[in-house]
Amino acid sequence: MKSKALSTLAGLFAGVLLLCTSPAQADDSLTAVLAKKSIALGVASDFPPYGYMGPDFKLTGVDVATAQLIADKLGVKAEFVPVSTPNRIPYLQTKKIDLIVSALGKNAEREKVIDFTVAYAPFFQAVFGPKALSIKSFADLAGKTIAVTRGTIQDDVLQQMAPPTLKTMRFEDDATTVAAFISQQTQLLATGAAVAAAAIQKNPQVQAEYKLLLKDSPNFIGVRKGETALLNRVNEILRAAKADGTLEAYSQKWLGRGTGVLPD
Amino acid sequence: MIEFNFSVVLAQWPMLLRGLGLTAALTAASALLGSLLGTACAWARLHGTAVLKQVVGGYVELVRNTPFIIQLFFIFFGLPSLGVRLSVEVACVLAMVLNLGAYACEIIRAGLLATSRGQIEAAMSLALTPWQIFSRVVLPPALARIWPALVSQIVIVMLGSAVCGQISAEELSQAANLISSRTFRSFESYIIATLAYLALAVALRQLLNWAGPRFIFVSR
Repeated sequence: MKSKALSTLAGLFAGVLLLCTSPAQADDSLTAVLAKKSIALGVASDFPPYGYMGPDFKLTGVDVATAQLIADKLGVKAEFVPVSTPNRIPYLQTKKIDLIVSALGKNAEREKVIDFTVAYAPFFQAVFGPKALSIKSFADLAGKTIAVTRGTIQDDVLQQMAPPTLKTMRFEDDATTVAAFISQQTQLLATGAAVAAAAIQKNPQVQAEYKLLLKDSPNFIGVRKGETALLNRVNEILRAAKADGTLEAYSQKWLGRGTGVLPD
Repeated sequence: MIEFNFSVVLAQWPMLLRGLGLTAALTAASALLGSLLGTACAWARLHGTAVLKQVVGGYVELVRNTPFIIQLFFIFFGLPSLGVRLSVEVACVLAMVLNLGAYACEIIRAGLLATSRGQIEAAMSLALTPWQIFSRVVLPPALARIWPALVSQIVIVMLGSAVCGQISAEELSQAANLISSRTFRSFESYIIATLAYLALAVALRQLLNWAGPRFIFVSR
C-alpha cells in the first residue's frame, strides 16, 4: 500500500518535472521514461526492410526489432508511433516520440538539432537509373531529371554535389518518389538501397540498376538534444547488442548481409 | 516552451516568393480555363443532345465524388502508362481545371436555371438566335447571381493547389515544406505559409469581386 502510494507520488513528481522541463534544467530523460513505464518510439511503417507492416499487420523490420530490444532492456513498454521521413525530427522535437528509430542517417544539419546514439544498422543511398543511361559521376547528372524524397540525405547530397542543370523533383515519401520513377516521370531515382531493390524487383520493365553512390550512411537512433541520460543508456544497450551478435543477426535476417563495420 | 525563430525561414524568401508565384500562376490559369469549361458544361447539361448530357453528367459526378489528390495522382502517375506524359505544371493545371470545371458547371447551371421563362420568351419574340439568347440574355444575369459562389469555389481550388506539392510542383506549400525540412523550423515555416495563403485568398476574392461586375457581367 505504502509502496503504491509512493510510486504514484513518484509518477506525479515525474509528470510535473516533465511539464516544466527545459533544456537548461536537470536531465531527467531516462527517469521520466522509466517512471512512465513506456517509451514512444518513432518508426517507419512503409520502409521495408527497416520498418514496415508485416503480412500479419504488425510492424516489423530491423528498426522495429532494435526499438523493441531497447524497450525490453529498459524494462518498459514499447509504444510504436509511425513517422514519415519529413516529420520524424519535428515529432521528436515536439515530444510526440522519445526516440527516432527509423533508418535515420547522421549529418551536420541534423546534429545541430538532435543528438545521435552509436550506429545500429548499415544503410547506403545511391542514384538508380535505366541500363541504357550511362551515369559514372556527378557530372553525368547534368540535364537529367531525378526523383528524391524531400528532406532526405539524398536530397542534401544532390543539392551540394550535382550540377545545377539536374532537375530535382521532390516528393513527400518514398512510395511517391518511387512511383514517379517507375511511371517514368523522371529518368533517375535517388533513394536508399533497400527501397530501390524492392522497387526494381517489383518493376522489371524499367530495367533499372545501381548507378552512383551518394552516401554510405549507417543508421543511428535520434535523441532529443540534451537528454544525455537516455542517450547513454541506449548506447549501452546497443553496444551490448553489438557485442553479443544481436545486431548482426537482425542485419542478416532483414538485409541479407552483415552489419559490416558500424561507427561507434 | 517553443522559441520562435522566423529569421532563418524568412532568409529563404526567394524560394517562398517563387512558390507564391507558382501558386498564383496555377490558380490564374485554372480559374480562367475552369470557369470556361464550367460554362460550356452548364450549357451542355441544359441544351446539349441526350448523349452530350450523359457524358457531361458523368464527368461532373466523377470529379465531384473523388478526392482531388487521387485525380492529380491519376493524371501524373497513371496517364504515363497510357503513353501520356505531362510535365508537373501541366498536370497540375489540368487537374485543377477539370476539378473546377465540374463544380463550376453545377454552380453556373443553377444560375442559368433561375432565369425566368418570360425573359427568354421576350428574347425569342425579338427574333434573337439561340446563341444570342444564351450569351446576351441568359448568361450575364446568371453569372451575376452565382458570382459569390463561383468566387468561393475558385478560392477553394487555389487552396487545394497546396496538394500539387505532392507531385513535386514547387508551389507555396512545397516551398514551406522544403524550408521546414532544411531549417528544422516547421512551425515557423507553416505559420508563414498560412499567412501567405490567407493573404492570397483575400486578395483573390477582392480581385474577383471587383472584376466580376466590371468585366464578366455588367451589373445594372
